[in-house]
Amino acid sequence: MRSPLADKAVAIKPSGIRKFFDIVSEMKDAISLGVGEPDFDTPWHIRDEGIYSLEKGRTFYTSNAGLKELREEISGYIKRTQDISYDPVHEVLITVGGSEAIDIALRAMLNPGEEVLIPQPSYVSYEPCAILADGRPVIIELKAENEFRLTAEELRSAITDRTKVLILPFPNNPTGAIMEKQDLEAIAEVIREKDIFVISDEIYAELTYKGKHVSIISLPGMKERTVLINGFSKAYAMTGWRLGYACAPAQIMEQMLKIHQFAIMCGPTTSQYAAVEALRNGDDDVAMMRESYNQRRRFLMHAFKEMGLECFEPYGAFYVFPCIREFGMTSEEFAERLLAEEKVAVVPGTAFGDCGEGFLRISYAYSLENLKLALGKINAFITRLRSEKK
Amino acid sequence: MREQILAIIEKNSRIDMRELAVILGAEEITIANELKAMEEEGIICGYHTMIDWEKTSIEKVTALIEVRITPQRGQGFDNIAERIYKYPEVNSVYLISGGYDLLVTLEGKSLKAVSSFVSDKLSTLEGVLSTATHFILKKYKDHGTILAKKYEDTREKVSP
Repeated sequence: MRSPLADKAVAIKPSGIRKFFDIVSEMKDAISLGVGEPDFDTPWHIRDEGIYSLEKGRTFYTSNAGLKELREEISGYIKRTQDISYDPVHEVLITVGGSEAIDIALRAMLNPGEEVLIPQPSYVSYEPCAILADGRPVIIELKAENEFRLTAEELRSAITDRTKVLILPFPNNPTGAIMEKQDLEAIAEVIREKDIFVISDEIYAELTYKGKHVSIISLPGMKERTVLINGFSKAYAMTGWRLGYACAPAQIMEQMLKIHQFAIMCGPTTSQYAAVEALRNGDDDVAMMRESYNQRRRFLMHAFKEMGLECFEPYGAFYVFPCIREFGMTSEEFAERLLAEEKVAVVPGTAFGDCGEGFLRISYAYSLENLKLALGKINAFITRLRSEKK
Repeated sequence: MREQILAIIEKNSRIDMRELAVILGAEEITIANELKAMEEEGIICGYHTMIDWEKTSIEKVTALIEVRITPQRGQGFDNIAERIYKYPEVNSVYLISGGYDLLVTLEGKSLKAVSSFVSDKLSTLEGVLSTATHFILKKYKDHGTILAKKYEDTREKVSP
Protein backbone atom coordinates (compact mmCIF):
# COMPACT_ATOMS: atom_id res chain seq x y z
CA MET A 1 0.00 0.00 0.00
CA ARG A 2 1.30 3.46 -0.75
CA SER A 3 1.42 6.11 1.96
CA PRO A 4 -1.92 7.74 2.64
CA LEU A 5 -0.19 10.79 4.09
CA ALA A 6 0.63 14.27 2.93
CA ASP A 7 4.35 15.07 3.21
CA LYS A 8 3.44 18.51 4.52
CA ALA A 9 1.58 17.04 7.49
CA VAL A 10 4.23 14.43 8.23
CA ALA A 11 6.96 17.07 8.24
CA ILE A 12 5.30 19.04 11.02
CA LYS A 13 6.77 18.40 14.46
CA PRO A 14 4.29 17.65 17.26
CA SER A 15 3.91 20.39 19.87
CA GLY A 16 6.61 20.45 22.53
CA ILE A 17 3.96 21.25 25.11
CA ARG A 18 2.08 18.12 24.20
CA LYS A 19 5.17 15.98 24.60
CA PHE A 20 5.70 17.24 28.12
CA PHE A 21 2.05 16.82 28.89
CA ASP A 22 2.28 13.11 28.18
CA ILE A 23 5.01 12.70 30.80
CA VAL A 24 3.21 14.80 33.41
CA SER A 25 -0.20 13.23 33.00
CA GLU A 26 1.21 9.89 34.08
CA MET A 27 2.25 11.36 37.44
CA LYS A 28 -0.84 11.56 39.58
CA ASP A 29 0.50 13.70 42.42
CA ALA A 30 2.55 16.17 40.39
CA ILE A 31 2.04 19.88 41.06
CA SER A 32 1.76 21.59 37.73
CA LEU A 33 2.79 25.11 36.82
CA GLY A 34 2.38 24.19 33.19
CA VAL A 35 -1.16 25.26 32.49
CA GLY A 36 -1.82 27.93 29.90
CA GLU A 37 -5.36 28.76 30.89
CA PRO A 38 -7.01 30.74 33.70
CA ASP A 39 -7.73 28.98 37.00
CA PHE A 40 -10.94 30.96 37.39
CA ASP A 41 -14.29 29.56 36.38
CA THR A 42 -16.12 31.46 33.67
CA PRO A 43 -18.06 34.15 35.61
CA TRP A 44 -21.49 32.84 36.50
CA HIS A 45 -23.52 35.51 34.70
CA ILE A 46 -21.76 34.55 31.46
CA ARG A 47 -22.38 30.83 31.98
CA ASP A 48 -25.97 31.63 32.90
CA GLU A 49 -26.47 33.42 29.56
CA GLY A 50 -25.13 30.34 27.77
CA ILE A 51 -27.53 28.09 29.68
CA TYR A 52 -30.40 30.47 29.04
CA SER A 53 -29.72 30.45 25.30
CA LEU A 54 -29.89 26.64 25.37
CA GLU A 55 -33.16 26.73 27.30
CA LYS A 56 -34.61 29.05 24.71
CA GLY A 57 -33.63 26.60 22.01
CA ARG A 58 -30.99 28.74 20.37
CA THR A 59 -29.24 25.68 19.07
CA PHE A 60 -28.92 26.48 15.37
CA TYR A 61 -26.11 27.74 13.19
CA THR A 62 -25.52 31.46 13.32
CA SER A 63 -24.53 33.33 10.18
CA ASN A 64 -21.05 32.40 8.98
CA ALA A 65 -19.49 35.56 10.34
CA GLY A 66 -21.23 35.10 13.70
CA LEU A 67 -24.10 36.74 15.61
CA LYS A 68 -24.55 40.30 14.51
CA GLU A 69 -25.01 41.55 18.07
CA LEU A 70 -21.74 39.92 19.09
CA ARG A 71 -19.87 41.50 16.18
CA GLU A 72 -21.35 44.84 17.18
CA GLU A 73 -20.19 44.35 20.78
CA ILE A 74 -16.69 43.50 19.56
CA SER A 75 -16.60 46.55 17.34
CA GLY A 76 -17.71 48.64 20.33
CA TYR A 77 -15.08 47.06 22.57
CA ILE A 78 -12.27 47.94 20.16
CA LYS A 79 -13.63 51.44 19.76
CA ARG A 80 -13.62 52.02 23.50
CA THR A 81 -10.22 50.40 24.17
CA GLN A 82 -8.22 51.43 21.06
CA ASP A 83 -10.39 54.21 19.59
CA ILE A 84 -10.47 52.48 16.20
CA SER A 85 -13.70 51.66 14.36
CA TYR A 86 -14.38 48.36 12.63
CA ASP A 87 -17.48 47.83 10.55
CA PRO A 88 -19.23 44.93 12.32
CA VAL A 89 -20.70 43.70 9.04
CA HIS A 90 -17.61 43.54 6.83
CA GLU A 91 -14.64 43.69 9.15
CA VAL A 92 -15.39 41.39 12.10
CA LEU A 93 -15.46 37.58 12.09
CA ILE A 94 -16.26 35.21 14.95
CA THR A 95 -13.93 32.19 15.00
CA VAL A 96 -13.41 28.99 16.93
CA GLY A 97 -10.87 30.42 19.36
CA GLY A 98 -8.02 32.69 18.39
CA SER A 99 -6.36 29.56 16.94
CA GLU A 100 -8.73 29.34 14.01
CA ALA A 101 -8.26 33.02 13.27
CA ILE A 102 -4.48 32.53 13.08
CA ASP A 103 -4.92 29.63 10.66
CA ILE A 104 -7.39 31.28 8.30
CA ALA A 105 -5.62 34.65 8.32
CA LEU A 106 -2.42 32.94 7.12
CA ARG A 107 -4.33 30.92 4.53
CA ALA A 108 -6.07 34.03 3.25
CA MET A 109 -2.86 36.02 2.90
CA LEU A 110 -0.06 33.70 1.78
CA ASN A 111 1.00 32.62 -1.69
CA PRO A 112 3.35 29.63 -1.97
CA GLY A 113 6.85 30.52 -0.84
CA GLU A 114 6.00 33.87 0.70
CA GLU A 115 7.71 34.45 3.99
CA VAL A 116 6.07 34.81 7.39
CA LEU A 117 8.13 36.42 10.13
CA ILE A 118 7.57 34.67 13.44
CA PRO A 119 9.19 36.14 16.54
CA GLN A 120 10.08 33.39 19.02
CA PRO A 121 9.72 32.29 21.78
CA SER A 122 6.03 32.30 20.98
CA TYR A 123 2.92 30.20 20.84
CA VAL A 124 3.33 26.86 19.11
CA SER A 125 0.85 27.16 16.26
CA TYR A 126 2.25 29.96 14.09
CA GLU A 127 4.98 27.93 12.42
CA PRO A 128 2.91 24.85 11.48
CA CYS A 129 -0.02 27.01 10.36
CA ALA A 130 2.30 29.01 8.09
CA ILE A 131 3.66 25.78 6.60
CA LEU A 132 0.17 24.38 6.05
CA ALA A 133 -0.70 27.62 4.26
CA ASP A 134 2.30 27.03 1.91
CA GLY A 135 4.20 29.92 3.44
CA ARG A 136 7.80 29.89 4.55
CA PRO A 137 8.25 30.59 8.25
CA VAL A 138 11.22 32.80 9.09
CA ILE A 139 12.05 32.89 12.77
CA ILE A 140 13.13 36.07 14.54
CA GLU A 141 14.89 35.12 17.76
CA LEU A 142 13.91 37.56 20.49
CA LYS A 143 16.42 38.35 23.19
CA ALA A 144 16.24 38.36 26.96
CA GLU A 145 18.24 41.61 27.09
CA ASN A 146 15.40 43.32 25.19
CA GLU A 147 12.89 41.76 27.59
CA PHE A 148 11.83 39.62 24.63
CA ARG A 149 10.35 42.59 22.77
CA LEU A 150 10.69 42.85 19.00
CA THR A 151 13.00 45.67 17.96
CA ALA A 152 12.94 47.58 14.69
CA GLU A 153 16.49 46.40 13.88
CA GLU A 154 15.59 42.75 14.39
CA LEU A 155 12.57 43.19 12.18
CA ARG A 156 14.40 45.08 9.46
CA SER A 157 17.21 42.55 9.19
CA ALA A 158 14.72 39.66 8.81
CA ILE A 159 12.77 41.22 5.93
CA THR A 160 13.48 40.05 2.37
CA ASP A 161 11.75 40.59 -0.98
CA ARG A 162 9.57 37.59 -0.22
CA THR A 163 8.37 38.77 3.20
CA LYS A 164 4.61 39.10 3.31
CA VAL A 165 3.40 38.90 6.90
CA LEU A 166 4.72 39.57 10.39
CA ILE A 167 3.14 37.72 13.28
CA LEU A 168 3.04 39.95 16.32
CA PRO A 169 2.39 37.83 19.43
CA PHE A 170 2.10 40.31 22.31
CA PRO A 171 1.38 40.14 25.23
CA ASN A 172 3.41 37.02 24.75
CA ASN A 173 2.98 33.40 25.65
CA PRO A 174 5.46 32.07 26.97
CA THR A 175 7.62 35.06 27.99
CA GLY A 176 4.99 37.43 29.37
CA ALA A 177 6.63 40.22 27.33
CA ILE A 178 4.58 43.18 26.15
CA MET A 179 5.13 45.79 23.43
CA GLU A 180 4.48 49.32 24.62
CA LYS A 181 3.46 52.17 22.37
CA GLN A 182 6.99 53.38 21.61
CA ASP A 183 8.09 49.79 20.79
CA LEU A 184 5.18 49.46 18.38
CA GLU A 185 5.87 52.84 16.78
CA ALA A 186 9.42 51.79 16.00
CA ILE A 187 8.40 48.58 14.22
CA ALA A 188 5.36 50.17 12.53
CA GLU A 189 7.70 52.48 10.68
CA VAL A 190 9.56 49.49 9.22
CA ILE A 191 6.31 47.70 8.42
CA ARG A 192 4.92 50.64 6.45
CA GLU A 193 8.21 51.30 4.70
CA LYS A 194 8.66 47.67 3.62
CA ASP A 195 4.97 47.30 2.80
CA ILE A 196 4.32 44.11 4.76
CA PHE A 197 1.25 42.99 6.70
CA VAL A 198 0.67 42.10 10.34
CA ILE A 199 -1.24 39.36 12.10
CA SER A 200 -1.44 40.70 15.63
CA ASP A 201 -2.36 37.98 18.13
CA GLU A 202 -3.65 39.93 21.12
CA ILE A 203 -5.39 37.13 23.00
CA TYR A 204 -3.80 38.36 26.27
CA ALA A 205 -4.68 42.03 25.63
CA GLU A 206 -6.70 42.34 28.85
CA LEU A 207 -3.92 40.89 30.96
CA THR A 208 -1.26 43.58 31.19
CA TYR A 209 0.20 45.02 34.36
CA LYS A 210 1.87 48.22 33.21
CA GLY A 211 -0.74 50.50 31.74
CA LYS A 212 -3.42 49.50 29.26
CA HIS A 213 -2.59 47.34 26.28
CA VAL A 214 -1.91 49.29 23.08
CA SER A 215 -2.75 47.57 19.82
CA ILE A 216 -0.71 48.17 16.70
CA ILE A 217 -3.97 48.95 14.85
CA SER A 218 -4.16 52.24 16.75
CA LEU A 219 -1.01 53.57 15.03
CA PRO A 220 -1.30 55.59 11.81
CA GLY A 221 -1.70 53.52 8.67
CA MET A 222 -1.68 50.21 10.53
CA LYS A 223 -5.35 49.22 10.68
CA GLU A 224 -5.26 48.92 6.88
CA ARG A 225 -2.51 46.30 6.97
CA THR A 226 -3.32 44.35 10.11
CA VAL A 227 -5.42 41.35 11.05
CA LEU A 228 -6.22 41.78 14.73
CA ILE A 229 -6.90 38.54 16.62
CA ASN A 230 -8.41 38.28 20.05
CA GLY A 231 -10.88 36.07 21.89
CA PHE A 232 -12.68 35.25 25.10
CA SER A 233 -10.49 32.46 26.49
CA LYS A 234 -8.00 34.42 28.56
CA ALA A 235 -9.83 37.63 29.46
CA TYR A 236 -13.05 35.97 30.59
CA ALA A 237 -11.71 32.53 31.54
CA MET A 238 -13.62 30.88 28.70
CA THR A 239 -11.05 28.52 27.15
CA GLY A 240 -13.42 25.60 26.76
CA TRP A 241 -16.05 27.69 24.99
CA ARG A 242 -13.74 27.94 21.98
CA LEU A 243 -14.54 31.43 20.88
CA GLY A 244 -12.31 34.06 19.33
CA TYR A 245 -12.49 36.70 16.65
CA ALA A 246 -10.60 38.53 13.97
CA CYS A 247 -10.91 42.13 12.81
CA ALA A 248 -9.42 43.02 9.46
CA PRO A 249 -9.88 45.27 6.45
CA ALA A 250 -12.83 44.08 4.34
CA GLN A 251 -10.53 43.02 1.50
CA ILE A 252 -8.76 40.45 3.70
CA MET A 253 -11.86 39.56 5.69
CA GLU A 254 -13.77 38.60 2.57
CA GLN A 255 -11.24 35.84 1.89
CA MET A 256 -11.01 34.75 5.53
CA LEU A 257 -14.77 34.47 5.68
CA LYS A 258 -14.80 32.11 2.69
CA ILE A 259 -12.26 29.77 4.26
CA HIS A 260 -14.07 29.93 7.60
CA GLN A 261 -17.40 29.23 5.93
CA PHE A 262 -16.15 26.10 4.16
CA ALA A 263 -13.99 24.76 6.99
CA ILE A 264 -16.04 25.63 10.09
CA MET A 265 -19.47 27.07 9.15
CA CYS A 266 -19.71 29.25 12.26
CA GLY A 267 -18.49 29.59 15.82
CA PRO A 268 -20.38 27.66 18.52
CA THR A 269 -23.80 29.30 19.00
CA THR A 270 -24.07 28.84 22.79
CA SER A 271 -20.65 30.39 23.23
CA GLN A 272 -21.60 33.36 21.07
CA TYR A 273 -24.58 34.20 23.26
CA ALA A 274 -22.44 33.88 26.37
CA ALA A 275 -19.79 36.10 24.80
CA VAL A 276 -22.31 38.90 24.19
CA GLU A 277 -22.94 38.91 27.94
CA ALA A 278 -19.17 38.85 28.62
CA LEU A 279 -18.58 41.98 26.57
CA ARG A 280 -21.63 43.78 27.93
CA ASN A 281 -21.22 43.07 31.63
CA GLY A 282 -17.84 41.43 32.16
CA ASP A 283 -15.53 44.38 32.83
CA ASP A 284 -15.57 43.92 36.61
CA ASP A 285 -14.73 40.25 36.31
CA VAL A 286 -11.78 41.02 34.08
CA ALA A 287 -10.54 43.67 36.50
CA MET A 288 -10.80 41.25 39.42
CA MET A 289 -8.90 38.51 37.61
CA ARG A 290 -6.25 40.93 36.35
CA GLU A 291 -5.63 42.18 39.89
CA SER A 292 -5.37 38.63 41.14
CA TYR A 293 -2.85 37.64 38.44
CA ASN A 294 -0.86 40.76 39.16
CA GLN A 295 -0.56 39.82 42.84
CA ARG A 296 0.70 36.37 41.94
CA ARG A 297 3.10 37.85 39.40
CA ARG A 298 4.62 40.08 42.06
CA PHE A 299 4.79 37.12 44.42
CA LEU A 300 6.70 35.00 41.88
CA MET A 301 9.11 37.77 40.92
CA HIS A 302 9.85 38.32 44.59
CA ALA A 303 10.40 34.62 45.21
CA PHE A 304 12.77 34.30 42.22
CA LYS A 305 14.75 37.25 43.47
CA GLU A 306 15.13 35.59 46.85
CA MET A 307 16.23 32.35 45.22
CA GLY A 308 18.68 34.25 43.05
CA LEU A 309 16.99 32.98 39.90
CA GLU A 310 17.48 35.33 36.97
CA CYS A 311 14.22 36.58 35.46
CA PHE A 312 13.22 39.75 33.63
CA GLU A 313 10.00 41.29 34.89
CA PRO A 314 7.15 40.39 32.54
CA TYR A 315 4.18 42.74 32.29
CA GLY A 316 1.68 40.63 30.39
CA ALA A 317 -0.24 37.34 30.14
CA PHE A 318 0.20 34.97 33.13
CA TYR A 319 3.67 33.59 32.57
CA VAL A 320 7.14 34.23 33.85
CA PHE A 321 10.18 33.05 31.91
CA PRO A 322 13.12 32.56 34.26
CA CYS A 323 16.63 31.78 33.00
CA ILE A 324 18.24 28.54 34.16
CA ARG A 325 21.54 28.75 32.26
CA GLU A 326 23.56 28.90 35.49
CA PHE A 327 22.82 25.21 36.07
CA GLY A 328 24.48 24.09 32.85
CA MET A 329 21.53 21.98 31.72
CA THR A 330 19.17 22.20 28.80
CA SER A 331 15.65 23.42 29.55
CA GLU A 332 14.32 19.97 28.88
CA GLU A 333 16.80 18.26 31.23
CA PHE A 334 15.99 20.79 33.92
CA ALA A 335 12.23 20.35 33.52
CA GLU A 336 12.49 16.57 33.48
CA ARG A 337 14.67 16.43 36.60
CA LEU A 338 12.44 18.93 38.40
CA LEU A 339 9.48 16.73 37.63
CA ALA A 340 11.21 13.49 38.59
CA GLU A 341 12.82 14.80 41.80
CA GLU A 342 10.29 17.32 43.10
CA LYS A 343 7.16 16.45 41.14
CA VAL A 344 6.74 19.97 39.87
CA ALA A 345 5.84 20.40 36.20
CA VAL A 346 6.99 23.42 34.21
CA VAL A 347 7.30 23.73 30.45
CA PRO A 348 10.80 23.92 28.89
CA GLY A 349 11.34 27.17 26.97
CA THR A 350 12.34 25.16 23.90
CA ALA A 351 8.70 24.12 23.42
CA PHE A 352 8.24 27.68 22.08
CA GLY A 353 11.22 27.80 19.74
CA ASP A 354 14.92 26.97 19.83
CA CYS A 355 15.76 30.35 21.31
CA GLY A 356 13.75 29.37 24.39
CA GLU A 357 16.75 27.21 25.35
CA GLY A 358 17.95 28.09 28.82
CA PHE A 359 14.51 29.25 29.97
CA LEU A 360 11.37 27.81 31.53
CA ARG A 361 7.77 28.83 31.19
CA ILE A 362 6.11 29.05 34.56
CA SER A 363 2.41 29.81 34.64
CA TYR A 364 0.85 31.74 37.50
CA ALA A 365 -2.71 30.80 36.70
CA TYR A 366 -2.76 29.07 40.10
CA SER A 367 -3.80 30.00 43.62
CA LEU A 368 -1.15 31.61 45.82
CA GLU A 369 -1.20 28.52 48.05
CA ASN A 370 -0.40 26.32 45.09
CA LEU A 371 2.36 28.65 43.90
CA LYS A 372 3.88 28.76 47.37
CA LEU A 373 3.99 25.00 47.56
CA ALA A 374 5.56 24.66 44.12
CA LEU A 375 8.10 27.43 44.70
CA GLY A 376 9.25 25.78 47.93
CA LYS A 377 10.02 22.67 45.91
CA ILE A 378 11.73 24.59 43.12
CA ASN A 379 13.85 26.33 45.73
CA ALA A 380 14.87 23.01 47.26
CA PHE A 381 15.72 21.71 43.79
CA ILE A 382 17.94 24.60 42.73
CA THR A 383 19.65 24.71 46.12
CA ARG A 384 20.56 21.06 45.57
CA LEU A 385 21.77 21.77 42.04
CA ARG A 386 23.97 24.58 43.23
CA SER A 387 25.56 22.45 45.95
CA GLU A 388 26.14 19.62 43.45
CA LYS A 389 28.04 22.03 41.26
CA LYS A 390 30.44 23.03 44.04
CA MET B 1 -4.17 50.70 48.37
CA ARG B 2 -6.72 50.45 51.20
CA GLU B 3 -9.28 48.92 48.91
CA GLN B 4 -6.80 46.28 47.77
CA ILE B 5 -5.70 45.47 51.31
CA LEU B 6 -9.30 45.11 52.45
CA ALA B 7 -10.24 42.92 49.48
CA ILE B 8 -7.44 40.50 50.40
CA ILE B 9 -7.81 40.39 54.18
CA GLU B 10 -11.56 40.07 53.93
CA LYS B 11 -10.88 36.66 52.38
CA ASN B 12 -7.75 35.83 54.33
CA SER B 13 -7.16 37.73 57.54
CA ARG B 14 -4.27 35.45 58.47
CA ILE B 15 -2.12 36.54 55.55
CA ASP B 16 1.42 37.39 56.53
CA MET B 17 2.17 41.13 56.49
CA ARG B 18 5.31 40.55 54.43
CA GLU B 19 3.43 38.52 51.85
CA LEU B 20 0.73 41.16 51.65
CA ALA B 21 3.41 43.75 50.91
CA VAL B 22 4.93 41.54 48.19
CA ILE B 23 1.72 40.82 46.33
CA LEU B 24 0.60 44.45 46.45
CA GLY B 25 4.01 45.71 45.40
CA ALA B 26 4.33 47.94 48.48
CA GLU B 27 6.66 48.36 51.45
CA GLU B 28 5.88 46.31 54.54
CA ILE B 29 5.85 49.42 56.70
CA THR B 30 3.23 51.05 54.45
CA ILE B 31 0.96 48.05 54.82
CA ALA B 32 1.48 47.93 58.59
CA ASN B 33 0.63 51.62 58.89
CA GLU B 34 -2.48 51.31 56.76
CA LEU B 35 -3.72 48.33 58.76
CA LYS B 36 -3.14 50.12 62.04
CA ALA B 37 -4.88 53.26 60.78
CA MET B 38 -7.86 51.28 59.54
CA GLU B 39 -8.12 49.48 62.88
CA GLU B 40 -8.11 52.80 64.69
CA GLU B 41 -10.68 54.31 62.35
CA GLY B 42 -12.92 51.33 62.94
CA ILE B 43 -12.82 50.29 59.28
CA ILE B 44 -11.31 46.98 60.32
CA CYS B 45 -13.50 45.81 63.19
CA GLY B 46 -11.98 42.41 63.87
CA TYR B 47 -10.32 39.33 62.40
CA HIS B 48 -12.86 36.57 62.66
CA THR B 49 -12.79 32.96 61.61
CA MET B 50 -15.28 31.33 59.32
CA ILE B 51 -16.47 28.07 60.78
CA ASP B 52 -18.82 25.52 59.34
CA TRP B 53 -20.33 24.45 62.66
CA GLU B 54 -22.29 21.71 60.96
CA LYS B 55 -19.09 19.74 60.53
CA THR B 56 -18.38 19.84 64.26
CA SER B 57 -20.16 17.96 67.03
CA ILE B 58 -21.29 21.23 68.57
CA GLU B 59 -25.01 21.89 68.21
CA LYS B 60 -25.92 25.35 67.04
CA VAL B 61 -29.13 26.80 65.74
CA THR B 62 -29.23 29.97 63.69
CA ALA B 63 -32.39 31.96 63.14
CA LEU B 64 -33.32 35.02 61.13
CA ILE B 65 -35.97 37.08 62.85
CA GLU B 66 -38.01 39.77 61.19
CA VAL B 67 -39.04 42.38 63.74
CA ARG B 68 -41.66 45.08 63.25
CA ILE B 69 -41.38 47.97 65.68
CA THR B 70 -42.86 51.36 66.45
CA PRO B 71 -40.22 54.06 65.98
CA GLN B 72 -39.85 56.39 68.97
CA ARG B 73 -40.04 60.13 68.76
CA GLY B 74 -36.56 61.65 68.47
CA GLN B 75 -34.88 58.25 68.57
CA GLY B 76 -36.26 56.48 65.51
CA PHE B 77 -35.29 52.83 65.61
CA ASP B 78 -31.94 53.26 67.33
CA ASN B 79 -33.05 52.77 70.92
CA ILE B 80 -34.86 49.53 70.31
CA ALA B 81 -32.08 48.29 68.05
CA GLU B 82 -29.61 48.90 70.85
CA ARG B 83 -31.74 47.04 73.36
CA ILE B 84 -31.75 44.09 71.01
CA TYR B 85 -28.09 44.06 69.97
CA LYS B 86 -26.90 44.13 73.56
CA TYR B 87 -27.96 40.52 74.01
CA PRO B 88 -24.81 38.44 73.43
CA GLU B 89 -26.74 35.70 71.60
CA VAL B 90 -27.70 38.22 68.91
CA ASN B 91 -25.26 38.03 65.98
CA SER B 92 -26.37 40.92 63.87
CA VAL B 93 -29.07 43.57 63.70
CA TYR B 94 -29.90 45.36 60.47
CA LEU B 95 -32.41 48.11 59.76
CA ILE B 96 -34.24 46.99 56.64
CA SER B 97 -36.38 48.72 54.06
CA GLY B 98 -39.66 47.04 53.09
CA GLY B 99 -42.21 44.97 54.95
CA TYR B 100 -40.55 44.94 58.37
CA ASP B 101 -38.01 47.05 60.24
CA LEU B 102 -35.21 45.05 61.83
CA LEU B 103 -33.59 41.84 60.70
CA VAL B 104 -32.02 40.09 63.66
CA THR B 105 -29.80 37.03 63.35
CA LEU B 106 -29.47 34.91 66.37
CA GLU B 107 -27.40 31.94 67.40
CA GLY B 108 -28.61 29.57 70.07
CA LYS B 109 -27.78 26.14 71.43
CA SER B 110 -31.16 24.70 70.52
CA LEU B 111 -34.52 25.47 68.94
CA LYS B 112 -35.90 25.84 72.43
CA ALA B 113 -33.27 28.34 73.46
CA VAL B 114 -33.95 30.46 70.39
CA SER B 115 -37.70 30.35 70.72
CA SER B 116 -37.62 31.23 74.38
CA PHE B 117 -35.37 34.18 73.59
CA VAL B 118 -37.88 35.37 71.03
CA SER B 119 -40.94 34.90 73.21
CA ASP B 120 -39.45 36.01 76.52
CA LYS B 121 -37.00 38.71 75.55
CA LEU B 122 -37.57 40.01 72.08
CA SER B 123 -41.33 40.16 71.67
CA THR B 124 -41.87 41.59 75.13
CA LEU B 125 -39.70 44.64 74.44
CA GLU B 126 -41.64 47.85 74.43
CA GLY B 127 -42.19 49.05 70.89
CA VAL B 128 -41.90 45.60 69.29
CA LEU B 129 -45.11 44.98 67.37
CA SER B 130 -44.48 41.54 65.96
CA THR B 131 -41.77 38.99 65.14
CA ALA B 132 -41.41 36.25 62.55
CA THR B 133 -38.72 33.65 63.15
CA HIS B 134 -37.03 31.66 60.37
CA PHE B 135 -34.69 28.85 61.31
CA ILE B 136 -31.76 28.16 59.02
CA LEU B 137 -31.77 24.56 57.84
CA LYS B 138 -28.60 24.52 55.77
CA LYS B 139 -25.92 27.02 54.83
CA TYR B 140 -24.83 26.73 51.20
CA LYS B 141 -22.76 29.86 51.05
CA ASP B 142 -21.71 32.25 53.76
CA HIS B 143 -19.57 35.40 53.57
CA GLY B 144 -18.83 34.70 49.91
CA THR B 145 -17.56 31.22 50.68
CA ILE B 146 -19.29 28.17 49.25
CA LEU B 147 -19.64 25.63 52.04
CA ALA B 148 -21.25 22.87 50.02
CA LYS B 149 -18.21 21.71 48.05
CA LYS B 150 -14.49 22.16 47.72
CA TYR B 151 -12.64 23.71 44.76
CA GLU B 152 -11.06 21.15 42.50
CA ASP B 153 -8.62 21.92 39.68
CA THR B 154 -9.94 19.98 36.72
CA ARG B 155 -7.70 21.53 34.08
CA GLU B 156 -5.31 19.49 31.98
CA LYS B 157 -1.91 19.60 33.65
CA VAL B 158 0.00 21.10 30.71
CA SER B 159 -1.60 23.16 27.97
CA PRO B 160 -0.97 26.02 25.52
